[in-house]
Amino acid sequence: MTAATNQTTVVQPLRPWRPTFSQQFARFVTVVLVVAAAAVVVLVSPLAGLAGIALVAIPLQMAVSVARSSRHGSVAARNDVATSLIWSAFLVLLVPWMSIIFTVVRRGYQAISVNFFTDDMRITAPDADLASGGIAHAIVGTLIMVAIASIVSVPLGILSGIYITEIRGRFTKVVRFIVQAMSGVPSIVAGLFIYSTLVLYNKSYSGLAGALALAVLMVPTVARTSEEVLKLVPEDLRFAGYALGSSQASNVFRIVLPTVRSGLVTSGILGVARVAGETAPLLMTAQVFLATKGNPLDGPLGSLPVVIFSFFQNGADNAVTRAWGASMVLMILITFLFALARAVSADRRRSRR
Amino acid sequence: MACASAGGVPTRDASPNLQSLFISWLPLVRFASIWPGNDRGVAVAVEQHDIEQREVVTKKPPVDKVLHAVVTSGALASLVILGSIAGFLLYRGFQIFSDMGFGFITGSTWEGTGGEGEFTKYGIAPMLVGSIVLSLIAVFVALPLSVGTALFVEFYAPPGLRRVLISILDLAAAIPSVIYGLWGLFVLRPLAIGWAEALNDHLGWFPLFRVEATFFDGSPFIGGLVLAVMISPIITSVAREVFSQTPPELIDGARALGGERWSAIRHIVLPFGRSGVIGGAMLGLGRALGETVAIYLVVSIVFKINLQILFTGTGNIASMIALKFGEASPYEVKALLASGFVLFVVTLIVNLIATAIVNNSARKAAK
Repeated sequence: MTAATNQTTVVQPLRPWRPTFSQQFARFVTVVLVVAAAAVVVLVSPLAGLAGIALVAIPLQMAVSVARSSRHGSVAARNDVATSLIWSAFLVLLVPWMSIIFTVVRRGYQAISVNFFTDDMRITAPDADLASGGIAHAIVGTLIMVAIASIVSVPLGILSGIYITEIRGRFTKVVRFIVQAMSGVPSIVAGLFIYSTLVLYNKSYSGLAGALALAVLMVPTVARTSEEVLKLVPEDLRFAGYALGSSQASNVFRIVLPTVRSGLVTSGILGVARVAGETAPLLMTAQVFLATKGNPLDGPLGSLPVVIFSFFQNGADNAVTRAWGASMVLMILITFLFALARAVSADRRRSRR
Repeated sequence: MACASAGGVPTRDASPNLQSLFISWLPLVRFASIWPGNDRGVAVAVEQHDIEQREVVTKKPPVDKVLHAVVTSGALASLVILGSIAGFLLYRGFQIFSDMGFGFITGSTWEGTGGEGEFTKYGIAPMLVGSIVLSLIAVFVALPLSVGTALFVEFYAPPGLRRVLISILDLAAAIPSVIYGLWGLFVLRPLAIGWAEALNDHLGWFPLFRVEATFFDGSPFIGGLVLAVMISPIITSVAREVFSQTPPELIDGARALGGERWSAIRHIVLPFGRSGVIGGAMLGLGRALGETVAIYLVVSIVFKINLQILFTGTGNIASMIALKFGEASPYEVKALLASGFVLFVVTLIVNLIATAIVNNSARKAAK
C-alpha cells in the first residue's frame, strides 16, 4: 500500500452549531424537572392521567424554554419553543400508537393456544371456554382471498406501472389519474360494487366476491409501488438493450423486469399488507362462515377481520378475548409482511451494488 | 438522471431512495416528491431512434404490437373498474334517486324498511353532515400533530431512532381499521368521555363545546379522535417524505448564516413541503370520510344532524351502510347502494381537489 492511498481524507462537515453535550444534558434535566413538576400538579389537582400531565407539562416546558433562552434573543426563544412543541407533538402521537400495539398484545395473548390456530368455530359458541374453538377457518379464508386478490390485481397493477414507465403512450396521464382516483375509493364502496354485481347476480355471498373486492383495493397500491420501482431502472440499461437490436418486448421481459424483480415482489407484498385487514368490503361480499373450507366459490367464507368484528359484536367476555386474540394474529401477519417486504428490497439494494 | 424539470419539484438526486418504496403506495406522495422529469425527453429520443432504424433495417416487430396491446389493455382495466364502480352503483341506486329526488341528499329521515311506498322515506343528510364533521375533527386534530411528528422524525430524532420511527410509521399506517376501532372503544373512549366532560365544564361557554344534555358517550368528538389517530400515520408519512426532499445545502446554508434550527424549518422546509402537507391532509380527509368499521364500533349511530361535537350520537355514510346492510329489504339495499354512490362521488371530489392543489403548488415551487 502506498502512502498516497493512505492519505485520502474524507471531508467531514463540522456543523459548529450542534449543541454540545453539556447543553443537551441541561435540556434533558429541564425536561425531567418539568415532567416531575407536572406530575406533582396532577396529584394535587382534579386533573388525571397521562393527558393531565401533558396538559400541564407542555405549557410549562414552553414557559421554561422562553425563560431560559430569551437572554439569547427572540430567535433563540422561538427556536426553543418550537423544539418543545415538536417533541410534544411526537410524544402525543407516539402514546396512542404504542398503546394500540400494547393493548393488542396484552389482551390478545390470553386467547392464544394451540387450538386457537387449529380449530374453528363450527361447534363452539363464541362465548364458550377458550380451551375449545379457534380461528383456523378465518386464517384459511383470509389466505385464500388474499391469494386470489393478488392473482387478479398484481398483474393489473404491474401492467399499469409498465404502461407508465415503458410504453409511455398517450394514456399515461389518464392511467396515472385513474390509479390516483382508485386509491381514494373507500373500502366499503369497493364492497358495495362487488355486491351490486357479483353477489346480486349469483344471489350468493362467496369467497371469490370477497377476493375481488380486495383486488379492487389492491390494484392502485401495486400500480403505484411498481411504477415507483420501475422508474429506478437506469435508462442506460434500456439503451443497451435497444443497441443490441432487441425489440421493446424482449427489452421489457429480459432487461427491465428482471432488474426490478424483487421490487415488484415488494409491491405485491405491500398490496397484500394493505388489504389483509379490510373488514367492511368483506362484510357484504364474503360474509361470515364458521367452518374451515377451501372452496371460494361455495358460499360465504370467514376471514380474520370479519371474525374479529363478529366476535366483538357477540359482546361476551370470552368472545371479546377471542377478538383481541384474532387481532393479535392479524397484526403479526401484517408486521411479518412488512418485514418481508423490507427484507426483499434490502436484498435488492445489496445485489445492485 | 439528475436534472430538474419544468414539471416537477427540483430534486438533487432524481432516483428516489428505497425508503420511499415503503410509503409510495400512499397516494400523492409522488406528486409532491419525485418526478424524474427527464423521462419524457429520453423517451422521445428512444422512439425517434427506433423509428429511424426501423425504416432502414426492419419493420416494427409484431411482438411489440402484442406487448403494446396487452400492456395498454391491462393499464386501462383500472379505468374500466373505476367506471363500473360508478356505473353499477348508480344503476342499482337509480330508482332511489328518481323516487326521492333531491330529498335523498337533503332529507333527514330514514323510514320504512318495507318496499317502496309513500311512507318510505330515505334521506342521508345527517350521515353526510356526520361524515364531514367527523373527518374535519380528525384532520383538525391530526394535522398539527402529524406535521410536528414528521419534522421530529426528519430533523430532530437521532439517526438510529429515525429508522425505527419510520418503520413504526409504516406499520401504524397499515394497522387495520377494525383494530383502531376496538382500541378506540376499549381504551380511548373511557378517557375521551372524561376529556369531553372537562371541556364542557370549563369551556362550555364556547359554542363549539356546548351540549344540550350531559351525555358524552359515542359523540363526534370521540369518533373524530379515533379517526385522528388512524389518519395521523398517513399524514405523517406523506409530510415526512416531502420534508426529506428539502435540499440539505439550503438548510445548512441557513444554519451557517446564523439561523437556528427552527428558522431553517420555518423559512425553508415548511414552504418547500407545503404542497405535500396539504396533499397528505386531503388524503387523510379522504380516508376519514370513507372509514366504516372504526366509526361503527366507537360512535353511537343516531340518525339526526348533530353539530354539538361533544354530544352523544352521530354517524357517517359508510358506518350507516354497514349498520343497515344486514337486515335491509331489497328496496332499502338500493337506497344503501345509492348512499354508496354519494360517498364515492364525495371522496372522488376530495381526491381531485387534493391532486389539483398538490400539482399546482408543485408547479409554483418549481418556478
